[in-house]
Amino acid sequence: MTAALQARAIQFAFLGALLVAWFAIGRTGAISPLFLPPMEAVAAALVRLVQTAEFWSAVGTTLTTIIEAYLIAAVLGILAGWLVTRSRFLTRVLEPIVSGLFAIPITLFFPVFILMFGIGPESKVAYGAAYGFFPIALNTIAGLIGVDDRYLSAARSLGVSGFGLFRHVLFPAAFPVILTGLRIGFFICFASVLGGETISSVSGVGRNIALAAELMEPARMYAWIAFVIVAALVLNALVSALENRMRSH
Amino acid sequence: MKLAPTYPAATLAQSPPVISVRGVTQRFGEAGAPQTVLALDDVSLDIRRGEFLTLLGPSGCGKSTLLNIIGGLVVPTEGAVTVNDTAVRGPLPKAIAFVFQESTLFPWYTVAENFALNFKYRGVARSEWRERTMAALKSVHMDTFADHFPNQLSIGMRQRVNVARGLSSETDILLMDEPFAALDEQTRMLLGEDLSVLLSQTAKTIVFVTHSLAEAVFLSDRIALMTARPGRIKKIIEIEEPHPRLPAFMLEPRFNEWRNECYASLRDEIRQAIATAEGTPP
Repeated sequence: MTAALQARAIQFAFLGALLVAWFAIGRTGAISPLFLPPMEAVAAALVRLVQTAEFWSAVGTTLTTIIEAYLIAAVLGILAGWLVTRSRFLTRVLEPIVSGLFAIPITLFFPVFILMFGIGPESKVAYGAAYGFFPIALNTIAGLIGVDDRYLSAARSLGVSGFGLFRHVLFPAAFPVILTGLRIGFFICFASVLGGETISSVSGVGRNIALAAELMEPARMYAWIAFVIVAALVLNALVSALENRMRSH
Repeated sequence: MKLAPTYPAATLAQSPPVISVRGVTQRFGEAGAPQTVLALDDVSLDIRRGEFLTLLGPSGCGKSTLLNIIGGLVVPTEGAVTVNDTAVRGPLPKAIAFVFQESTLFPWYTVAENFALNFKYRGVARSEWRERTMAALKSVHMDTFADHFPNQLSIGMRQRVNVARGLSSETDILLMDEPFAALDEQTRMLLGEDLSVLLSQTAKTIVFVTHSLAEAVFLSDRIALMTARPGRIKKIIEIEEPHPRLPAFMLEPRFNEWRNECYASLRDEIRQAIATAEGTPP
């Protein structure tokens, strides 16, 4: 067995052990079913859930919210990174401000987002975009200030400047670092949209998780959570595959 | 076989200079600060149309800086450069092409895309890009690699493409900053021979920076010997030898005489630089 296969086998064995433990806890009743319902109950709830129209509508709302938030974060983050690095002085002034802002828990301002954009998906778009913006902007700044001087001299000797310089030289040269920011930004967007929905919203996956908890329906709540975990794993695999393809040249 | 020179040396000397460097001084570091470095001190130099001029000097003498000033990449602290009677105030992509020390092919573009970008910004019509790219690559025997990415080529191949890109720009002036520095001695000499043949077919004015004596003598019409820092032009040697130069030239006694003349000058400068360095308190 190759090392890669061995690693995979151990990972699946770990996952299997978790499931077996969950199953065993359900049988023995060691943990109150209110906190951790038996696996069979959750599985049955999940099967019922995916057959409802509300489920797919909630998934659709959350997915749209995440995509919108992420696109805003990516475009503004890369744009901000470019503008901040337009001059060395500007970078020196603004980079600490951007990284300082990122250190503040934006969650504190979540009520402000609700006040400004309402309880609908718009506030979650804004909240997710605000959170995803920072890692993308910071990685773009790091990538752009690390661009090799040789490429800049070559570009200058060609008279390339402005947006042409960004498109042909700066962006592709900084792309590996920007890509890291885009990946981190995506998962932060994903987490903050779901978190925001859980705290305050009228629709979406997060709202349904909170609702199931309020209604004391733990099996239903865990069914939603199980769905999000699977979705996150699938997204992670997709993003990694996409990233590997983009890094290959 | 002895080839006729492509141009008689006498007419060269009479034609007006294509590049004129006047009183160029370059200081690095903030003005007035005690740590400023005087890189170039009052350098004046005329470069004739169609000649191959080499700036030769010990490392750190400011020869690359002078090249960057001529090309408009660096604005000198004092003095001025004119190209075709126009003051240089920034890069002149339609008049001047650079070939840098290390390959500056952009690794995110294929060889052909790198050429395309070069043509785009020098104002070459899009319809000519492919044909001109292939012709330039063919001249360095790299035409089968047009659609490769630079990382798929060896360092020597990359540098051949880099030189071809500079030549294909069809600017009147080509500034070359130690284009073969990253290569081993054999590849370097071979590329030098190829370059001599290629250049004999163009009317370009070339300013070349190197610290290789053999390379300088083999390729140049004139060698401007520079002093150790601060860089000044110490002496100019004419290499009166027709182009293209063949490897046999290196076996001629006059090749060695020129080489030794350069070496004697360089040696003095390096000794002096060491003495100055030892004399300065840390």
